[in-house]
Amino acid sequence: MSGELLDKVAIVTGGASGIGAASAALLAGEGARVVIADLQAGRDGPGRFVRHDVTVDESWKALLADVLGKEGRLDIMVNNAGIAGGPGTIETTTVGNWQQVQAVNSEGVFLGCKYALLGMKETGRDKQAAKGSIVNISSVAGLVSGAGPIAYTASKGAVRLLSKSVALYCAEKKYDIRCNSVHPGGVDTPIFNPLWQAVGHEQGKALLGARHPIGRMAEPEEIGEIVLWLASDRSSYVTGAEIAADGGITTGLVKRPPLAPS
Amino acid sequence: MPRLENKVVLLSGGASGIGAASARLVVREGGKAVLADRDHDKGRALAGELGAASLFVPLDVTDEAAWQKAVATTVDSFGALHGLLNAAGVGVRNSIEDCTLEEYRRVNDINSLGTFLGCKAAIAAMKQSGGGSIVNISSVLGLRGASYAMAYCASKGAVRLLTRHVALHCAQMKYNIRCNSVHPGYIDTPMIAPRLADTIGNMSGRQWLEELHPLGRLGRAEEVANMILFLLSDESSFSTGSEFVCDGGLTA
Repeated sequence: MSGELLDKVAIVTGGASGIGAASAALLAGEGARVVIADLQAGRDGPGRFVRHDVTVDESWKALLADVLGKEGRLDIMVNNAGIAGGPGTIETTTVGNWQQVQAVNSEGVFLGCKYALLGMKETGRDKQAAKGSIVNISSVAGLVSGAGPIAYTASKGAVRLLSKSVALYCAEKKYDIRCNSVHPGGVDTPIFNPLWQAVGHEQGKALLGARHPIGRMAEPEEIGEIVLWLASDRSSYVTGAEIAADGGITTGLVKRPPLAPS
Repeated sequence: MPRLENKVVLLSGGASGIGAASARLVVREGGKAVLADRDHDKGRALAGELGAASLFVPLDVTDEAAWQKAVATTVDSFGALHGLLNAAGVGVRNSIEDCTLEEYRRVNDINSLGTFLGCKAAIAAMKQSGGGSIVNISSVLGLRGASYAMAYCASKGAVRLLTRHVALHCAQMKYNIRCNSVHPGYIDTPMIAPRLADTIGNMSGRQWLEELHPLGRLGRAEEVANMILFLLSDESSFSTGSEFVCDGGLTA
């Protein structure tokens, strides 16, 4: 720990579990004040919990008011909340399921970026020169399809491209706010609970792990380290980038696994 | 021999722009073109011009029942469905700061949900027709970002990835249905007419957009339609889940 994020304030959506919880712990470990924005509080960990629904505009308004009111600033936004939405192919997915998944994974990240800009501009000393970092968790399914759920795949493709639009917009406006997307492969998080319940945790991890060139799934902390780097000034020239952490899935000609639970 | 002999193709957004140019090529190459569009007047006029090999069906792409009806009408009229072009779409200027949730949802519903529903409805009929080819119009903005088109970028990124899902799903199921995305640059169609009339600095919107492309001009709808024709035909039989770019060098 170097304390390089001392005095910085971060919001982590979906911060109560999985990649969000690991990211929150790593950010807090470097001295950031972390707000865990989630539907439900998780196990004890660093960070202040604020109940939040990423799909609701009013919830974002309240969250930002809370953070600016109590913490006085916003430097880091990690748009991590997401759902798999269950198995669903092009043939079986309903409009209702499609819209539910887009609401969380795509609209939720859109709103997260929008409110991040509001908060970060407010933080900037002269309200023009804000400084901040937005980290959007997409997926390897936003880079390639593994014939996993179509609604999930489409939502992650949307996050990948909207991140670039936000990055370029902030650059043009000289906001000094960076925005990048992270594309994890299979990570041992509750998003795979249906698989764990079906075949057991260890066996499920082995099954999915074997379908990554690196031979195993990722631990949430391995993705959290990327979030931490993108959130910090160490990545100060990185914006609009798509950072894959996928155990090699997009690297070569591999038979791809379903990239979300089915 | 005509390149689409006896192939039946349903085209969303078929009344204008890239959709209309593609419909003309479908008919020229011996296929049947079903024009599905919100614009009844333009759709009927073009179908009338193209004659017995063409038909107009009304379609709001965000309405699943309307898609099912369009596919059913196609099969009832021409006996099968072999090709689908998802060309309907909206181009909207907005940024992360000025886009509302309602506007984000509207753009994504038309461009992304609409393409999803088109693929879903078509696959059911193509399975009965011995296979087929689906072409989804994404954009260069599904490959690269633009500050002034946030919701559009998101929707076209979704189309880019959902196309890969459809391709892999149909391959795994051995349906003999291929699916590819096409990524046009700025094409001189009604969609970008408002952009052409803009003024950017001391340039007209048209000049600005022309100079953006290394080829120094806008694309023509026929140029994209030629790529679509290749993808609809059996000439592209080993291409699926791929991104076909037609952008005057823009992403080079």
